[in-house]
Amino acid sequence: MAGENPASTTEYIQHHLQNLVYGNHPESGWGFAQGAQEAAEMGFWAFHVDSLAWSLGLGILFCWLFRYAANRATTGVPSGVLSFVELVVEFIDGSVKDSFHGVNKMVAPLALTIFVWVFLMNLMDLIPVDLIPYLLAQAGVGYQKIVPSTDPNITMGMALGVFILMLYYSIKIKGTGFIKELTMHPFNHWAFIPINLFMETVGLLAKPFSLGLRLFGNMYAGEMIFILIAMMFAAGAGGGIAAGGIHAQIFGEHTNFLFWLAVFALVCGVCWLNLKGKITTGKTVLIAAIIMTLSGGVFAFAGGLMQWGWAVFHILVITLQAFIFMVLTIVYLSMAHEDH
Amino acid sequence: MELVIIAAAIMLGLGALGAAVGMGLLGGKLIEGTARQPELGPMLQGKMFLLAGLIDAVPIIGVGIAMYLIFVVAPSVGA
Repeated sequence: MAGENPASTTEYIQHHLQNLVYGNHPESGWGFAQGAQEAAEMGFWAFHVDSLAWSLGLGILFCWLFRYAANRATTGVPSGVLSFVELVVEFIDGSVKDSFHGVNKMVAPLALTIFVWVFLMNLMDLIPVDLIPYLLAQAGVGYQKIVPSTDPNITMGMALGVFILMLYYSIKIKGTGFIKELTMHPFNHWAFIPINLFMETVGLLAKPFSLGLRLFGNMYAGEMIFILIAMMFAAGAGGGIAAGGIHAQIFGEHTNFLFWLAVFALVCGVCWLNLKGKITTGKTVLIAAIIMTLSGGVFAFAGGLMQWGWAVFHILVITLQAFIFMVLTIVYLSMAHEDH
Repeated sequence: MELVIIAAAIMLGLGALGAAVGMGLLGGKLIEGTARQPELGPMLQGKMFLLAGLIDAVPIIGVGIAMYLIFVVAPSVGA
């Protein structure tokens, strides 16, 4: 499928879970890693170029989109992108007012950035898993993970940023009260200082850890299931016309990606015609089902159906996880602002 | 190889069990609360979704690791 037709499903999965790594290899020097083994040998100071590029690109997209809307904001009735941006900003504003009780001008913009950025990064999960990695493989890039939030480095990095802000505001607002909170909190007696310190430190460190790991785990599991369903498309190959469809008749057991790309474009075209109102929704579903069954057999049809079903469920998950990351950030910062 | 599969099964099963209990309590309390004070419904529902996401996180991480064990670790151990 992606790239060089990996021999087994295990290799296929591992190929999909491997980042594009740039680092200093002890033998071959600076360069892109060829495989997981070489990436591991590069050690700590290796860059996941794909995660960095996609997350930075999405961050720039977010800034550009919201700046575009802010420049065109009027007192009249908004339309199109403007009303969407206004909706998001108002929603975040409401959430921050609900859960943040201190005085800080930075929290609402921070919450907006986190929500939209994490949402956009998660949204990359809904792009068909093989599409962009394969196209880039044609251009010579061997490995590509397009969902930055399935990379623990990205999610833990964001959690670490939140953690640093928590510490900064705790010290700034509470001063010595922060030390008192860490040492005197559950049991207010000097003999309990070591126990208090231990419990409070664990509680403090657990916050950024769970914050980053929750987002990573959800996105990783979601991506994993997309990859597993994607293997359905090749399952019927080698079978008859019913199991493998036209694809198996022409190409045998070897997966031809250009064929799938053409089928994908055809289905997208039908959906586009439906959006434009040229054909009814019932006919769209029927035509798409016929195209998928004819081209790939029942397995491809079932795979397409499952991809679609999981993607619909995943829309809820990606929004919810972005929302949770944002709300917890606000709550943690609010706790840092509460002086006792 | 068999032990890896069993580990994945325990991971999935216990994760589902815990999440089911949590979700059940959460949903039940939401309906209880909304029945007592229907005007608080939307507010409670928003909070429920937040907590549902929190409950959902740990088992879904388990699902991800279990899938990895079944489809990547188990074949390579067995081979």
